[in-house]
Amino acid sequence: MKSIIAYFLLLAVVTANGQDRYEAAMKQQVGLLDSASTFNPASLKALGNTFERIADAEKTQWLPYYYASYCLVNEAFMTEDKTKVDPIADKAALMAEKAVALKGEDSELSCLLSLIAVSRIAVDPMTRGAKYGTESAELLDKAKQQNPENPRVYLLAGQNLLFTPEAFGGSKTKGKELLNLALQKFSTFKPESGISPRWGEAYTKELLKMP
Amino acid sequence: MYKLFLPLIIFGFPMALQAQTVVSGKVTDARKKPLAGVNISLVGSYDGATSAKDGTFTFTTVEKGERLITASLTGFGSIEVKTDLASNAPLILILKETVNELKMVTISAGSFEASDEKKNTVLKPLDIVTTAGANADIVSALKTLPGAQQVGEKEGLFVRGGTGAETQTFIDGMLVRNPFSSGMPDFAARGRFSPFLFKGTTFSSGGYSAQYGQGLSSALVLESVDLPERSSYTLGVGSVGPAVGVDKLSKDKKKGYGIELDYVNLWPYFKIVKQKQDPVVAPEFLNGSANYRIKTSRTGMLKFFVMGSRGRFGFRGESLDYPGYDEEFRLTNHYLYTNVSWRESLGNGWKLQLGTSYSTNRDRITMDTIGKQPEPTRIRTRQDLSQFRAVLSKNMGKFSVLRLGSEYQYATEASRFNQFGGEFVDSYTASFAEADVYFTPRFVGRLGARYEYSSLLRSPNIAPRASIAYKVDAKSQVALAYGEFYQKPEQQYLRFDHNLGYMRATHYIASYQHISQFRVFRTEVFYKQYHNLIKTVPGYNNNGKGYAKGAELFWRDKKLIKNADYWISYSWLDTKRDHLNFPYEVRPDFAAEHTATLVYKHFIPEWQLNLGATYSFATGRPYFNPNRPPNEFMADRTRNLNTLSLNINYLTTVGKAFTVFVLTLTNAVGNEQQYGFRYSADKLRRRVVEPMAPRFVYIGMFMSFGMDRRQEMIDRQ
Repeated sequence: MKSIIAYFLLLAVVTANGQDRYEAAMKQQVGLLDSASTFNPASLKALGNTFERIADAEKTQWLPYYYASYCLVNEAFMTEDKTKVDPIADKAALMAEKAVALKGEDSELSCLLSLIAVSRIAVDPMTRGAKYGTESAELLDKAKQQNPENPRVYLLAGQNLLFTPEAFGGSKTKGKELLNLALQKFSTFKPESGISPRWGEAYTKELLKMP
Repeated sequence: MYKLFLPLIIFGFPMALQAQTVVSGKVTDARKKPLAGVNISLVGSYDGATSAKDGTFTFTTVEKGERLITASLTGFGSIEVKTDLASNAPLILILKETVNELKMVTISAGSFEASDEKKNTVLKPLDIVTTAGANADIVSALKTLPGAQQVGEKEGLFVRGGTGAETQTFIDGMLVRNPFSSGMPDFAARGRFSPFLFKGTTFSSGGYSAQYGQGLSSALVLESVDLPERSSYTLGVGSVGPAVGVDKLSKDKKKGYGIELDYVNLWPYFKIVKQKQDPVVAPEFLNGSANYRIKTSRTGMLKFFVMGSRGRFGFRGESLDYPGYDEEFRLTNHYLYTNVSWRESLGNGWKLQLGTSYSTNRDRITMDTIGKQPEPTRIRTRQDLSQFRAVLSKNMGKFSVLRLGSEYQYATEASRFNQFGGEFVDSYTASFAEADVYFTPRFVGRLGARYEYSSLLRSPNIAPRASIAYKVDAKSQVALAYGEFYQKPEQQYLRFDHNLGYMRATHYIASYQHISQFRVFRTEVFYKQYHNLIKTVPGYNNNGKGYAKGAELFWRDKKLIKNADYWISYSWLDTKRDHLNFPYEVRPDFAAEHTATLVYKHFIPEWQLNLGATYSFATGRPYFNPNRPPNEFMADRTRNLNTLSLNINYLTTVGKAFTVFVLTLTNAVGNEQQYGFRYSADKLRRRVVEPMAPRFVYIGMFMSFGMDRRQEMIDRQ
């Protein structure tokens, strides 16, 4: 009898240890996203790979897939050879869809999918602008409905307006209004956990500094 | 006892696992080139690494024993290897490249494809319509590609020594009868279909697929658009008339409809800008189209399209045969086109496409030499075409496809020339089988054959087609094509029973192309043999023949100049034919020896201006001079053709509407365009065949609400 208790205790400890290990590993990797030195294609690829390994080992956690996708989409934006963007964006979308399958529809994931759509525009802006611009805007609308307090919704919407030429519906003033709104939302935003998405505040400030 | 033991188990056991093993190795591709960025992962753990630039990797793990290691990289197939962690031997991992569309060879000889969906194309649909001078006419834009002649006095694409009638137009696989507006002799009319109705355009200058028939030279294959991205409304006002459009997408994005109306009246323009002939009936055109598209399932799509138009015009000019007298030409046209198509995946790699289409075209023409004819000449014609088409395709293996199809066309024609009449009915059936066989991802062959039977000609034919393509390296490929092509004689020869048979052409094509991100280079040589062409002398017969051979170049570059995109086409054509009333084989009047075009597009982002220029050149074409002896038939040449067309678009927003202002100038310099000469019956006078006016100017403003459709509106002009 006592050996059974001991066994269960042991199991609990080992499992708790596993959970701790997940939290610890994620915390460490998510922390790397705060560092500017991570933002080059090679480091992002390595970090994305790490998140993917964690995701595949855990199988039930959505956040590792979310971050794997987030690393990939950033890599897509930084890739100079635009013919290589689509395969990276495809993989980012695949990771995001896996996250959706685990988490369900979510404001952060809608934001991520919107960002992936934007990353595809650069491949051929003339033919793709309308299609993916529309898709991105629709996903941001959805993200806003899912959580109007999510600052990344306003950051991404503002960024889209900022980088779209005025004649194509962009607006620097409206873009900056949205970025300021994003900053307000950042000040009150509480991530669900230490490893939940919280990126973007510093980037918003950078964008606001642009002329 | 237990109490003492427990902490030991709890804290000691995990500690025991902390003894670490180092795993290292190298990842390469099949050719031993190191691969960077590969994700190496120890299955079931977080442990792993990303390979460095030289393909090496190393990581530590606390796992033990025989474990699975996976390696994956985008664009490569993942592998899984079992390894004993105790062994310290470095792992050598080899990944094989997966084949995607970009790496695969495609059937390319003889065809220029513009598609948003496929990646390996030379053009995008937008390219076709942002070309200066094309004025949103598909055929005019395609004339900037190699193989096409700069023929301005007749409708149609004159391809590689073929007449305009040797190019057939297909919408969703179905033949289109009367794809051009009805015009008057010696003046080419526009195509009836807006380029925005199509998501894909393939212009084949020869050797095309067995799916299509009845074009001796060329096929223009148009694929209609599916659902729009989102709803929008458009409004346009131009110097020739207004246009409105609605494109509505349902909330669930499963169905949508569109309606477009436009009205063109050239009277005010012709009053301001003097034309060669006086308009006596205001040139007026009213066009309307409607479509409805619905997703019938995840993979099924049903599309309805109907388009109707009516047009009329009348011109008066001095008679060539009776100096001092005027000649008049008046025309009224009614046209209706409908198309219903459905496609669905049947599972297991089977796909079905069904289509039906009906069109009717009616022309009423009155010709009069005023004061010289007791009664004007009246011509009435009506052409109807009904058809059904079914195509079944099956994916075989990874990339290969088998296509089987059948079509039935019922065509009627009735015409009256004063009191004389002629009519005919033709039931035409065709079946085809064609397979795209990928021997390897880099080597593809397309083999097909087409069987046709025309009740009017009372005879069948079998047309074999074959092409192969081989990918030499990541960016270049070579291709060869061969095919037999049959065509019924044109309706003016079929109207009366002359016991005529099919005309036939045999194509041989060799091509090389190199496509990189910003550049396309392409060259083709071809040889085409014509058999059984229609002759009208001494009586109607099938004894005509001829040949065409030539070489073509295409170069496109988006990199050399910032914000600019240009392409250059060059065609050399050697052709002779003996057809109609020709006394012997001679270069025909629609074939220039050298043709070249330069298309240039420049965007100035600061000013939101799009500038475009198209320069076309063609050496002089033969024309018939009746004053020459019979052995100098077609010995004369027109002047070389030089035209420069310009367009400017300014993009802005007015209120909530995206707006674009458009200015286009066709033949900006006003160069003389000699297409040929007409002689009076007594051979004493002649008249140059040329456009109604040297230049054409268009000014317009377009607004769109909802989605940004300005690019589209620019292109409409």
